[in-house]
Amino acid sequence: MHVAILDYGSGNLRSAQKAFERAARERGLAVEIAVTDRPEEVAAADRVVLPGVGAFADCKRGLDAVPGLSEALTEAVIGNSRPFLGICVGMQLMASVGREYEEAEGLDWISGEVVRLEPADPTLKIPHMGWNTLRVRASHPLLGDIETGEDGWHAYFVHSYHLKAAERDRVLAETDYGAAVTAVVARDNMAGTQFHPEKSQRLGLSLLGNFLEWRP
Amino acid sequence: MLKTRIIPCLDVKDGRVVKGVRFVDLIDAGDPVAAAEAYDAAGADELCFLDITASHEDRGILLEMVRRTAERCFMPLTVGGGVRTVEDVRTLLRAGADKVSINTAAVKERAFVREAAEKFGSQCIVVAVDAKAVDDGGGAPRWEIFTHGGRNSTGLDAVDYAQEVVGLGAGEILLTSMDRDGTKSGYDLALTCAISQAVHVPVIASGGVGTLDHLVEGVRDGKASAVLAASIFHFGTYSIDEAKAHMAAAGIPVRRDPPVAHDLAASAEEGA
Repeated sequence: MHVAILDYGSGNLRSAQKAFERAARERGLAVEIAVTDRPEEVAAADRVVLPGVGAFADCKRGLDAVPGLSEALTEAVIGNSRPFLGICVGMQLMASVGREYEEAEGLDWISGEVVRLEPADPTLKIPHMGWNTLRVRASHPLLGDIETGEDGWHAYFVHSYHLKAAERDRVLAETDYGAAVTAVVARDNMAGTQFHPEKSQRLGLSLLGNFLEWRP
Repeated sequence: MLKTRIIPCLDVKDGRVVKGVRFVDLIDAGDPVAAAEAYDAAGADELCFLDITASHEDRGILLEMVRRTAERCFMPLTVGGGVRTVEDVRTLLRAGADKVSINTAAVKERAFVREAAEKFGSQCIVVAVDAKAVDDGGGAPRWEIFTHGGRNSTGLDAVDYAQEVVGLGAGEILLTSMDRDGTKSGYDLALTCAISQAVHVPVIASGGVGTLDHLVEGVRDGKASAVLAASIFHFGTYSIDEAKAHMAAAGIPVRRDPPVAHDLAASAEEGA
């Protein structure tokens, strides 16, 4: 199985690659994880991962700046229905529009907008930074063996904006930070996590393993 | 619910871990990558590397260390020490650091914080605030920013400075009391509380931890979002889990997930 992690200049992707390799080893899966900016490799991949750190509009510009990469992503995910995982801003890019600093169009795969976190309690710090639990709204293979709920495992978050989905059914899991915060979204063969599975120790490696075994 | 983070900090020099006692007495205490892996397996919530001689030494050793750590540890890694330029930030992030801590360069040139935050996002820009109490006869406690391991005064008020760097885009403050660092007498709680309440970003309390009660105080009384400690963990006085159990017993929410097995063990199982 070939997994393509899209490299468009957004952060270091080596830890994501190593986390996927580790998750594959745990499941006994023979997987080749490539960090790539080559459109033909992305279009031909069996699974596609879109990471992202920084601001929404910057990430979108970075993605669009690599000739053919955006088209290859669409071909793999929409055309060939390959399983897709967006991580952090990579997940936010699935939305229709982002409103961080400036308004920017997203991929429009999950109808909705990326808006600033506004916890009801003004003493809560922004960014929402650290380990938080997941509250599941709809079961999904991606969350398979992960213990969720207030006493469950934790995911590592670091963000000031989140994806507000127009259709609530797209939200698989939320986390609490002064209000419900979107943690995992999914539809069809696509999924995205606001948190960083590659930095989330046990929960993260489990989720990455689940993604590698996911058959949408 | 968001949990309070416990962050072991490794002072490194020439690619080796050292214990900083007031940043002077240095004892070589091992391989940083092995230490990082051990902390990952022990359930540390984050890890911090501070390269204490970065301004004089070759960066290559540090970058290689960060690279190897990021490949093996599945928790966030903050790296600081000698970060002076946007290029320094970029190379550390590319090597695998999740956050980069800026210290003296931010004191010297505040615009650097803005530049780094705009370029890479506030989420990865930590500003290290090294503060020392000053007695100006006014009665109310006041702290100033010191550089060079607490030797050089800048005259900058610590609370004003913290607010300024947050305004410029710092996503987190790593607050060290230079009075308490290396003393094991506990955090400067008045300082920690003053800074935590003055800024809207998370504050990591640092400097002075000698007991597990000190960690509790940092959160309960200092209002810190995260607590950093070095020697109590490095020399096995307390384990990460003991620290978490102690904090949980004091009513502070902490994360106690099942550990990720050491990768060597995983490889051995595969071979069996």
